[in-house]
Amino acid sequence: MNLSAIPTVALVGNPNCGKTALFNALTGSRQKVANYAGVTVEKKEGLAELPDGRRLRIVDLPGTYSLRARSPDEAVTRDAVLGRLPGEPAPDVILCVADATNLGLVLRLALELKTTGRPLVFVLNMIDIAERQGIEIDVDALSRALGAPVTATVATRRRGLDTLLEIAAAQAAGTSDLGPDLWREPSAADVRNAHRAARDLMRSAVRPPSRPDTLTGRLDGVLLHPAAGLLILLGLLFLMFQAVFAWAAPLQDLTEAGFAALGAAATAGLPTGWMQGLVVDGLIAGVGSVLVFLPQILLLFVFILLLEDSGYMARAAFLMDRIMGGAGLHGRAFIPLLSSFACAVPGIMSTRVIDNRRDRLTTILTAPLMTCSARIPVYTLIIGALIPERTVGGFLSLQGLVMFGLYAAGILSALAVAFVIRKVLWRGGSEPFMMQLPDYKIPDPVNLLRNLGQKAWAFISRAGRIILPLMVLVWALSTWPSAPEGAEGPAIAYSAAGRIGHWLEPVFAPIGFSWEMVVALIPGMAAREVAVAALGAIYAVGGAEGDLAGVLSRQWPLASGLAFLAWYVFAPQCVATLAVVRRETGGWVWPGIMFAYMLALAYLAAFIVHHVAVAFGLG
Amino acid sequence: MSSDALRAAPGSAVRLGDMQPGFRGVIVAVRRPSGSAAGATDPEELELRLLEFGFVEGARVEVLHEGPIGGDPIAVRVDDMRVALRRNEAMNVILTEASA
Repeated sequence: MNLSAIPTVALVGNPNCGKTALFNALTGSRQKVANYAGVTVEKKEGLAELPDGRRLRIVDLPGTYSLRARSPDEAVTRDAVLGRLPGEPAPDVILCVADATNLGLVLRLALELKTTGRPLVFVLNMIDIAERQGIEIDVDALSRALGAPVTATVATRRRGLDTLLEIAAAQAAGTSDLGPDLWREPSAADVRNAHRAARDLMRSAVRPPSRPDTLTGRLDGVLLHPAAGLLILLGLLFLMFQAVFAWAAPLQDLTEAGFAALGAAATAGLPTGWMQGLVVDGLIAGVGSVLVFLPQILLLFVFILLLEDSGYMARAAFLMDRIMGGAGLHGRAFIPLLSSFACAVPGIMSTRVIDNRRDRLTTILTAPLMTCSARIPVYTLIIGALIPERTVGGFLSLQGLVMFGLYAAGILSALAVAFVIRKVLWRGGSEPFMMQLPDYKIPDPVNLLRNLGQKAWAFISRAGRIILPLMVLVWALSTWPSAPEGAEGPAIAYSAAGRIGHWLEPVFAPIGFSWEMVVALIPGMAAREVAVAALGAIYAVGGAEGDLAGVLSRQWPLASGLAFLAWYVFAPQCVATLAVVRRETGGWVWPGIMFAYMLALAYLAAFIVHHVAVAFGLG
Repeated sequence: MSSDALRAAPGSAVRLGDMQPGFRGVIVAVRRPSGSAAGATDPEELELRLLEFGFVEGARVEVLHEGPIGGDPIAVRVDDMRVALRRNEAMNVILTEASA
């Protein structure tokens, strides 16, 4: 199988034109997702097969309105189309995918694509919706005016795919007569001229809808209503949180139980010694502690994909833009920040929807301040151990109030940090907010499942490649050197982690941390909730959290416990987050800045809380 | 040509950024913002972005909705497409009110 012998077909189109659905329909399961070299833009390619056995290599390029690139995604589209990507052949055919109900802008893009001299096929996707609306498109006239074949498809119903592939293959076969590449960065005058040409084309070949879509307008009347719209958005968020925290719980318990059983089996099957420790406490516990978040992440992504595919996401950004903008965040930062309540890793990954680099960096830097689910076990343990179980004001649980306060502290500090970044790092006005509000449509379940599968795999493979080695390292630090014969106290006190804890104790003494608390922070580097397991090991109590809470309530002064909670609001020590920030920003500068500022805030917050608590006699 | 269009419709030219939901008009000019109105973006970049989203001379525009706080951003229909943008950027789109 010689890949280079298979012609390459690139899919280019505006965002929301159904391009990815077409890609999925053409390639089915024969696709792979990777990253373009050096950038974090997803590269999706797959093979399509014609009925006669010929094959085409299909590449799905990020949606764009113009080859004039504004974001890393759009730069990939431009470079791929122009054949400028290292190691990537220039496409033999460009499929310009159009939403048949909305041709104005894509016709201008098609005219721009023509100037590259590459063979072009213009695809009228979602033709069924156009037909339903009574839009009449004179395909021959359009084809003559564009100088390119025009064909219609309905990707979600697999209509018109064979014809499309046939035309694309025929175009690819005639690649010898390539036109010259006349593309250059268009000026404002060029764009105006192209618009004029596109409008003339529209007039001559397209008759406007006789039964225009009124559903989107009517839905927007409610969903974008200043009061009702915000209430519905809040309701959706509430449902999402409910799902992520409540519905995922049984699945998480199942995952946890599964890994516990695996660990028990390994303990029984392996001889006692460091090998057993590595497998049980390092590998199995490590992978388990990451995969336990998979149900939450999947549920979260189901919601995000549903909101995106239905067209609602752009409305949420519209409603939130001003609220976020007050803190210097972009309306689109809303979703990444929301995702970060489950885990900052997918949250930071989803900042790719923000095209401006500065807005994106601000979002990335503030995302880990959202209270992720890994902090919950720590919060639950400390609150359960140190905060008395009583009600205030008659019905509010004090423990619940503290939990709420910790969440609120995270959100408020994120807004404050974003505000400071805007004022200090990049001064000046805000970036423009301009976004298409696509027509509403019912999400296609097949596409949804496929996207979900890809997201899940991205998370799992990351857990394997980055988090697992780190878990093993942390396990090693907490295990060696081992305790001498007949030593007193927990073994971890003699390990490298224990020594680091003792060594760092003077640094942490001003914020009220004992050496045991410092030691717990070290394995907490791998994943924040591992601090709970580490405390368990240090105080040499079994797995039961109730016992541990009892020990803590006797040993920890309240002021220290509160300082520990304040530290965890910021908790810079999450290696997975730092690793994903490195990947998304392409260097160690931004993860370094993130670590430094979160460390400083954590220390400052714990310091203040400790001293205030001591002043109130809670020491 | 944009300044000619402005002169051709004296008095009736309005800025999209000042308009309320329900307003309908036709774009007579898309300006390149000057000075601080451009924000952090290069003025030509903002003009190009407006053009690429279909804000081009001759396009029909209707203001559909406004944001919940301070009436910002606004949602508009440009020819056949719905677009959301902030009022600050919309100030660079000059229109005349449509007759009906």
